[in-house]
Amino acid sequence: MATTQQMTPAMQRQRNARLRRNTLYLVLIVIGLLAPLAVYPVFLMKVLCFALFACAFNLLLGYAGLLSFGHAAFLATGGYFTGIMLASYPGLTPELGILIGTFAAVVLGTFFGVLSIRRQGIYFAMVTLALAQMMFFFFIQAPFTGGEDGLHGVPRGELFGLISLSNNFSMYYFVLAVFVIGFAIIQRTVHSPFGQVLKAIRENEPRAVSLGYNVDAYKLVAFVLSAGLAGLAGSTKTVVFQLASLTDAHWHMSGEVILMTLLGGVGTLFGPVVGAGLVVSLQTQLAQSPLGNWVSVILGLIFVVCVLSFRSGIVGEIQKMVRKNFK
Amino acid sequence: MTQEFILETRGLTKEFRGFTAVDDVNLQVREGHIHALIGPNGAGKTTVFNLLTKFLPPTRGEILYRGKPITSMKANEIARLGLVRSFQISAVFAHMTAMENVRVALQRKLGTSFHFWKSEKSLEHLNDRALELLDEVGLREYADVLTVEMPYGRKRALEVATTLALEPTLMLLDEPTQGMGAEDVDRIVELIQRVSKGRTVLMVEHNLSVVSRLCDRITVLARGSVLAEGNYQEVSRNPLVREAYMGSEAAEEEASA
Repeated sequence: MATTQQMTPAMQRQRNARLRRNTLYLVLIVIGLLAPLAVYPVFLMKVLCFALFACAFNLLLGYAGLLSFGHAAFLATGGYFTGIMLASYPGLTPELGILIGTFAAVVLGTFFGVLSIRRQGIYFAMVTLALAQMMFFFFIQAPFTGGEDGLHGVPRGELFGLISLSNNFSMYYFVLAVFVIGFAIIQRTVHSPFGQVLKAIRENEPRAVSLGYNVDAYKLVAFVLSAGLAGLAGSTKTVVFQLASLTDAHWHMSGEVILMTLLGGVGTLFGPVVGAGLVVSLQTQLAQSPLGNWVSVILGLIFVVCVLSFRSGIVGEIQKMVRKNFK
Repeated sequence: MTQEFILETRGLTKEFRGFTAVDDVNLQVREGHIHALIGPNGAGKTTVFNLLTKFLPPTRGEILYRGKPITSMKANEIARLGLVRSFQISAVFAHMTAMENVRVALQRKLGTSFHFWKSEKSLEHLNDRALELLDEVGLREYADVLTVEMPYGRKRALEVATTLALEPTLMLLDEPTQGMGAEDVDRIVELIQRVSKGRTVLMVEHNLSVVSRLCDRITVLARGSVLAEGNYQEVSRNPLVREAYMGSEAAEEEASA
């Protein structure tokens, strides 16, 4: 239209990049649709839930530059709320249960965010860790979470009251849809006017202030989005495994999501997906092997190697290589 | 009476744990002037700057913009009034292109900056204005270059373009020529001269030849308080100023000239 005659080379390049990106998405969705034919669907669902969790975390660390050490709280809050609602109200459909769990994580995220966002760097991480530990002890003590045993027997129910999710295949396609929606929200957020400001804040915070941006408000929105999406991951996970447990609330989980994100590539859209896939696969494989007790040690070693030799993570390194060789 | 001053401070003071960095400074910046803040190292110039733009809260004193107190406002609110500052080290968004740097300043006025559900394509209509601004500072051919790959002098010019995007009434420049070669200095001086038309500029500057070429009025700070004020001739003839500069800036000037 009006702008077509003045396509700058950059716009052309952007358009090409967009085209390539869309093709990639299409291929990946096809792979996602066919995957349960080849791989056990429950394993795939676990990967997708953790991938969404890691993507949510990455939105905060990779795109807003905030290292939260308390993201387990949001995963667990989403999970517990969804579990409690679905277990207590048999008429409630799973998608509504998931929405309620996600909303609970959003509320908690707002609360955490308001308390922590003004702190910088390590202090921010410490405040989020402290708040998440508070939630952990709350989940142990509260009468409705099942304490150490966790919450069991959450019904999967019928999607929209129509489609039974008790079959692993239908469950899988539902989880895939949730993941795609979550991923799409993140991808749009990163490439939005809001994402531009976020990027500017990450690059140079004082300068963003001097341009008139209230940086704390932008960080808070990013934090709440990230918390909500982590909650969405937790809620979905509860429906899949029909349980919510303290493992999700433990600080180990907050650490694990950092590991997944860094391993896959922080600040890349697909990094956390790859990282989550790798970590979950390793855990599953090693648990069945004689090395079962060594899972943490092996993951720790991988983490050390990653931090020392390929800092931008697997996807980050691949991107670098592509950029170098195909320019 | 106060209206002829666009920016005024009354008794501005900043103490850091018993050390008074800025001591009872009364500064008056006239509308349309290029006003310089000079002084030897440690005189408190940058602290004054941070106080004016609210990057630091003052211990005492008042700051007035067009006669209205702005002392209790936040840094980003000051920017929205039209007081836009630059920084001593070049303040650019390194992993964004020159065009995106300018556009991020332009997009604030759209009021969609919290819209995380909108495509960034909704910003593309700002590209023309961004290119105009880049043109104004001679950076049009850098539009698609990542800022991190630009030479230092160009980064400072980009900073000016980003600042201009906000259409500031008062530009506060913190050592705009710091760390530059002679050629870049000339380019920036010429640029400041050009963009200062219709605006007021308050700048901290070390380079006295830049000050003499550009500035209508000069305030000299020493040890946190105002030592002298006037135009370049008046100030440079002032014996107190000469004394304060002896062995420090004056010598440096000689050496670098």
